[in-house]
Formats: sequence, C-alpha cells, structure tokens
Amino acid sequence: MSQIGSFALLLALALCAYSFLAGILALVNKGPASARIGETARRAGIASFAIVFLAAVVLVVAAFQNDFSIAYIFHHSNRDLPAPYKFATLWSGQEGSLLFWALLLSAYGLVLRLRYKTDVRLFAYASVIIAAVQVFFLLLLNFAANPFGVMQGTLPAEGTGLNPLLQYPEMVIHPPMLYLGYVGFTVPFAFALAALIMRYPGEKWIQITRRWTMVTWGFLTCGVFLGAHWAYSVLGWGGYWGWDPVENASLMPWLTGTAFLHSVMMQEKRGMLKTWNMWLIFSTFMLSIFGTFLTRSGVVSSVHAFAQSSIGDWFVAFLAIIFATCLFFYVKNRSHLRTEHKLESLVSRESSFLFNNLLLLVACFTVLWGTLFPVLSEWVQGTKVTVGPPFFNRVNIPVALLLLLLTAVGPLLAWRRTSIDSLKRNFLWPAIGALALGILLVALGMKPWKDVSYFYSLMTIMLSALVAFTVISEFIRGGRVIGRHTGQNLFASMVQLAHRNTRRYGGYIVHFGVIVIMIGFAGSVFNQDKEQEMGFGDKMTIGAYTLVCQSYTQDDNPNYGSEWAVMNVFKGGKQIATLNPERRFYKASQQTSTMVANRSTPQQDLYVVYEGQNPETGRPIIKVHLNPLVMWVWVGVWIMIVGTVVALIPNAVQARVAAPARMRVEPVGAGD
Amino acid sequence: MKIKKSLSSRAKRGIWVIGTGGKDRDSSSLALLGMTDVFLKRSAQLVVLAVAVFTLLGAGDQSARFNDLGHKMMCVCGCNQILLECNHVGCAYSERMRAELATAVDRGDNDDLTLQGFVQKYGTTVMAAPTKTGFNRVAWITPYLVLGLGLVMVTVIVRAWRSRPLVLPDGSVAAVHGAELERFRNQARKDTEV
Repeated sequence: MSQIGSFALLLALALCAYSFLAGILALVNKGPASARIGETARRAGIASFAIVFLAAVVLVVAAFQNDFSIAYIFHHSNRDLPAPYKFATLWSGQEGSLLFWALLLSAYGLVLRLRYKTDVRLFAYASVIIAAVQVFFLLLLNFAANPFGVMQGTLPAEGTGLNPLLQYPEMVIHPPMLYLGYVGFTVPFAFALAALIMRYPGEKWIQITRRWTMVTWGFLTCGVFLGAHWAYSVLGWGGYWGWDPVENASLMPWLTGTAFLHSVMMQEKRGMLKTWNMWLIFSTFMLSIFGTFLTRSGVVSSVHAFAQSSIGDWFVAFLAIIFATCLFFYVKNRSHLRTEHKLESLVSRESSFLFNNLLLLVACFTVLWGTLFPVLSEWVQGTKVTVGPPFFNRVNIPVALLLLLLTAVGPLLAWRRTSIDSLKRNFLWPAIGALALGILLVALGMKPWKDVSYFYSLMTIMLSALVAFTVISEFIRGGRVIGRHTGQNLFASMVQLAHRNTRRYGGYIVHFGVIVIMIGFAGSVFNQDKEQEMGFGDKMTIGAYTLVCQSYTQDDNPNYGSEWAVMNVFKGGKQIATLNPERRFYKASQQTSTMVANRSTPQQDLYVVYEGQNPETGRPIIKVHLNPLVMWVWVGVWIMIVGTVVALIPNAVQARVAAPARMRVEPVGAGD
Repeated sequence: MKIKKSLSSRAKRGIWVIGTGGKDRDSSSLALLGMTDVFLKRSAQLVVLAVAVFTLLGAGDQSARFNDLGHKMMCVCGCNQILLECNHVGCAYSERMRAELATAVDRGDNDDLTLQGFVQKYGTTVMAAPTKTGFNRVAWITPYLVLGLGLVMVTVIVRAWRSRPLVLPDGSVAAVHGAELERFRNQARKDTEV
C-alpha cells in the first residue's frame, strides 16, 4: 500500500512539474508546436488530479484496512475507530492534511483546466501558476512530510488512535470546508497574477476572479464557523472562539477576502483600485499559506495545532518566493494597473468601500499583530508574553462596531454621489428604530454605564438593528416598486427583486446574517457559569433553571468507555428536559474527552459539562454555563450561506436602461 | 467570598474620588456663598452616604473582582485557556491558582498587587494580555496607531480624488451615437443595475 501511495505522489510531482515547465514554454514561445505543448501541459495538470486522488484513496483504504505498517495510520487510527473517523484520518494529521491540501488544489486545478475555453490564454497562465503551487505541496509531501512513511521494526498490532477531540461528527466536515476555503484562494490568486503577467485587457478576469472568490469565501465562512461550533461542543469551556493562533489563522484570509469582495466592485463599476485589488487577492492567498505555516510550524503555541516539525522552513521559503514573484510582476507591469481615481463626493458608495476596506484590513492587521506579538516580544525582550482574548476583544470590538455602522450606512449610499436629503430620507427611520431599541433595552435593565462590555453589547445590538432596518427597508422599497408594476404581493415582489440583482440582494442577506451573528456575540457579555460537585439528588440553580442530578451511568464499547450524568432540568417548577453530559475514555489513545450536553433555545443555551470526579472526594463535578443568544450565531451563519448562494445565482433579468438620444451626465442611484 | 472583607480597593478608590471632588467643589462654593457650616455638614453627610453605598457595592464586587482578575490570567498548565475557563479536572495548576486568587481577593490586595504576585510566581505568560508597561505598550498602541493612520490616509486619498477635475459636458448637450452611446448605456447599467 505504502509503495503505491509513495509512487503516486512521485508521479503527481512529475506531472505537475511538467505542467508547470511545459506551460511556461508554451506561453513564452509562439506557434503550433507551442500550442501542442500547452495542451500537454493542461492534460498533465488534469492527470495530476487523478494521481493525487489515487494517493488519497490509498491512505483512506490503508486506514480502513488497519495497515499500521504505515506510520501515519498507526499514529492516527486504530482498529475500533468508527468508519467516518477512519475516513477523516486523511486530514487528521500533519502529513495526511497536506495530502488533502494537494488533493483539493488539484481538484480546483481540474475544474479550471476543464473550463479553459472560457479564455484560453488567461486560463493557461492561471493553470501554470496553480501547477507551481501544486509542485510546492507535492515536494513537501514527497520529501518532508510523506504520509506513506513506514514503521520501523516489529509491526504494531494496534494503532494509537485518533485524537479524541477529533472524534466528533463536525470534524468530518469542518476541515474539508476550511481547506476548500484556504485552498480555493489559490484560484483567484492565480487569475490575478495571470492577468498581471499577461497585462490582461479589460475586466473579464476580475469577474471570473470575483466568482471564484465568493465560492471560496463561502467555504471558508462555513469552515470557520464549523470550527467554532466544534470548539463549543467538544472543548467544554463554554465558548466558541478563544482567539487561538489557529483560529486567527483562518480569520485573517477571511477578512482580506471580505475586503476584496467589496473593493472589487469599485473596479468593476468605476475601474478604480486596480492595484489595491491585485494586492488584496495576493495578500489573501499569502495569508492562507501563512495560516497553514502557523498551524504546522510550531512558531506559536496553540491548543489545536499540528505536531511541530521542520516544514515551517519550507513554508517560509514558499511565502518568500510568492511575495518576490508578485512584487516582480507588479513592478514590471504596474503601468497596466494605472487608473485615474476620481471621486465626486465624500458621501458616496466609493468612499464607504474605502473605509470598509480600511477597517477590515485593520482588523486583519490586529489579529496578525496579536498572534505574532509573543514571538516579537521574545525576540525584543527575551520573554514571551501571552496575547489572549482580553487583548483581541479590546482592540477588535471598536473596529467591529465601526464596520457595523458602515454596513448600515454603505448600502444607502449611491455610486458617485448621494444627496444629504436622500440619505436622511433612507436613514432617518432605521436610525430612530435603532435608537428606540437601545432606549428600550436600557429601560429593561441593560446598564451600559456599568461596564464597558455592557456598553459594547448595547452598541452592537443597536447597530445591528440599524443594519437590519436598512436592509429590510431596501427590500421593501424595491419590492413595492416591482409590486406596482407587476401587481404581485410584496413577498413575491421582493423575491423577484432579489432575483433581478442577485449579487446586490444576496449581499444584503449576507449582511443580515452578519448582524444576527453579531447579536449572538453581544449575548456573551451576560454569560453565567456555575460549578458544583453533584451526587444523586443534588440540585444546582442557575438563572431560571434548576438541575437535579438523577443518576450516573456507564457504558463501554470497543473504541471508548463512557460515563454520563442524567440531569433533570426544571424551569418554573416544571421539568423541561433531561440532559446527559458525558465523559469518555478512549482506549487506544488513553485520553479522556468531554461530550457537552446542550439545551439550545433562541434565548439561551443551557450548556452542561461533566468534568469528571474530584480526585480528593471522588464526587462528580458538573459545570453549567448559561450562555445567552448563542443560537443566533449558528442561525446567522446559515443566513450568510443562503445570501452567498443567492449572490452566486445569475440574474433573472438583465437590466435594460433606455437611453435617450441626448444624454446628460447625472448623479446615479444606488447600485450594488 | 467573605462579605466582611468586602471593602475592596475599587470601592475604596471610589469613595476617595467622590469625596475629594465633592470637597473641592464645596470649598469654592463656601467662599462664594459664606455658608460654611451648612456645606460642611452636608458634605459630611454625603461622605457618610457615599461610604455606605460604596461599601455595599463593594460587597457585591468581591466575586466580580475574582471573576474579573481570573479572566485576566491564563492557566499555566499548557492548555492555553483563561484561568477561570480551564476545565481540566485535576489540572495541576488551575485549582491551585484559583485558590491563590481567592485568597488574594479576600485579603483585600488590590488588582495590581494581585496580578504582580502571579507574574512573579508563574512568569509573564500568566497574564492573558500584555501589560501596559515597557515594550508591551507597543502591543496596545500599534493597532490604534494603524487605525488612526489608516483613517487619515483614506481621508486624504478621498479628498485628493475628489479635488481632481471632473470632465463635464461643456454646457451644450450634444447628441451621442454609436459606440459612445453604448459605452454610456453600459455605464448606466453598471451604476443602477436594478
């Protein structure tokens, strides 16, 4: 098995190297011979997918066959591991996850190479760039982190098992989503660099790139929040985001990708910010690679990083090469990106995008700065400091609030120029609504003067309400116009409205999802928790709930032994649920893990953790968290996904503008 | 938490601040109005009232202080979790550290003293965020500096782009045909797109 896998990886490397070199040759030279070479390069790239896929299949089959002669399988699987997790073995460790990276990259490359007829030359350039990235990962897999390395000495009869924290259903889907996001940014990067190298005329490449970026961004969004949900459900500390370096690594490309999705509209609509957009997409790709480096190099300590290894140096070298290449071609062809930037008014969609980009990049910088400051501090002072949640929350929350404000105001601004009257007309009622909500919340007992966190929470809710009101008013206003012309009801008109300009209204839906998530975040200020030793019949009261310990039960299966509590939950004297927080002991890895019991409602989560037994008294310890509004976070993510899908749907009707024979230059209304 | 020892440093500071401010204002008022006795009496009553209020507030503050300080520190067992969020039963550090924190809070040590004690015992990595002293200040200042510089830069850029002259029609509205008309149509479509 290992020989087939190793051979497949070598063959894939050879194919990608050929695709890269022959691709360059074909692009540099002209003539029919070059075209034929170019075609072979494209086909070699396609074939590389099949070969990398074969390698991945070999690894998965080895996991299912319990082939512990392969060191990777020995370290990440065991005989009694359930089938879905055996499949997930592919991305559960350093080497396997790099193979998964290479597989997804070759899959993206396959799609790109099959769709080459869209624009043969642009796609040929992009294919070469993707082949270069493939070569890097295959070099890594062949020479630094081979997943098919074999065990030395006597063959073990049993593996050491998969990390218990990874034995959770979401771990079967979270890494693929995250990797689809990370890896996917290679494609827009390849198109951007290709357009720069070939001095691509026109803006078609930006439309192709934007679409790819949106798909990738959607995957990354899913991946990031699936990770948050996994952390919430498995780690048992009651939260979903701990500003861990690995979490930060996934957030950074998401932030720059978000900035790109906004600023690219400036280029499409007004031909502005060409250089900026180019570097934004370069940065997003580099941050994806940087995130992979952070996770795997051991440069910063993290709860869920991969094992430390020497592959960090490979990533540093690769990052340096990428940066040098981008810089070289930018300097060489920067004249191609030259545009005349003109703004007609400060109160315009263009300036709102500029500020939006600034805030997103400052947020990204802050995350990067906080993640790397321990390294910098050790270098300067000789002592490593910790940069944890208090730092990130303090510096990022004001930026997030400003972004929320822009999310509310931005869509109300027209391209080119917005009159103050129109802004007032569109903004007045949403602002009054948000203010009224704030006053209501204060009247209901929210005290923003009590603590800065309460102030932030109130501001978040008010600004989220402002965004919600503006988004809803945009839908209603547009829906009414369509309804007047078609006679449809308001809902049908709004659906038609969204279908006519999916990108704009899909974007609004995404914004709506973001504010639902932000409200969920704001709820964390009111988190409560309580820890108590609980024997049979013992009670614990938290908030409106009373938990009564009914019993403790044990079970055993080949993979793990478990012990769980049976907790009856009462509210207002009435039993409303029975929760079973569980603690497992995994036999192969000899590690314990918690399985949280969570009663989730839109109002709050009752989150119960069985922490184990007090070593001194032998009594079980139960920790209960009462976390308000957490469900909003997950609902918000679904709304964002829906919005992204809507934005990807082609418009139903191409807008027609009846232009009079005599035209005057007039300020225009709001576009997307 | 013991209620007896609840006159926290925060509460004490609160009394001092209010008392001092009140006194300053009162003396100037006295000079102006010549009502020394009445104001002194009122001031004394206010101080007594403030002491009572803030002592009671302090009583509730003990657990809040414990919670606040516990969230400013990390567990040093290697789990990378905030001290009060470390959920490892039998963790060699967090239980002990929490007990030490509770003792320090009960003793009435102020926040700085408590945190300093932990830093001396467990090293600088025990703090969940960089301190605001020495080089660590850079960690805090830089993001705000970048934000400030960015805002200035974007504002300057917007103003510069705005001041560039616009190519406007020369008064007489000319007929537009062919490719130019199509270009205008495309632009209008892009701009409005509804």
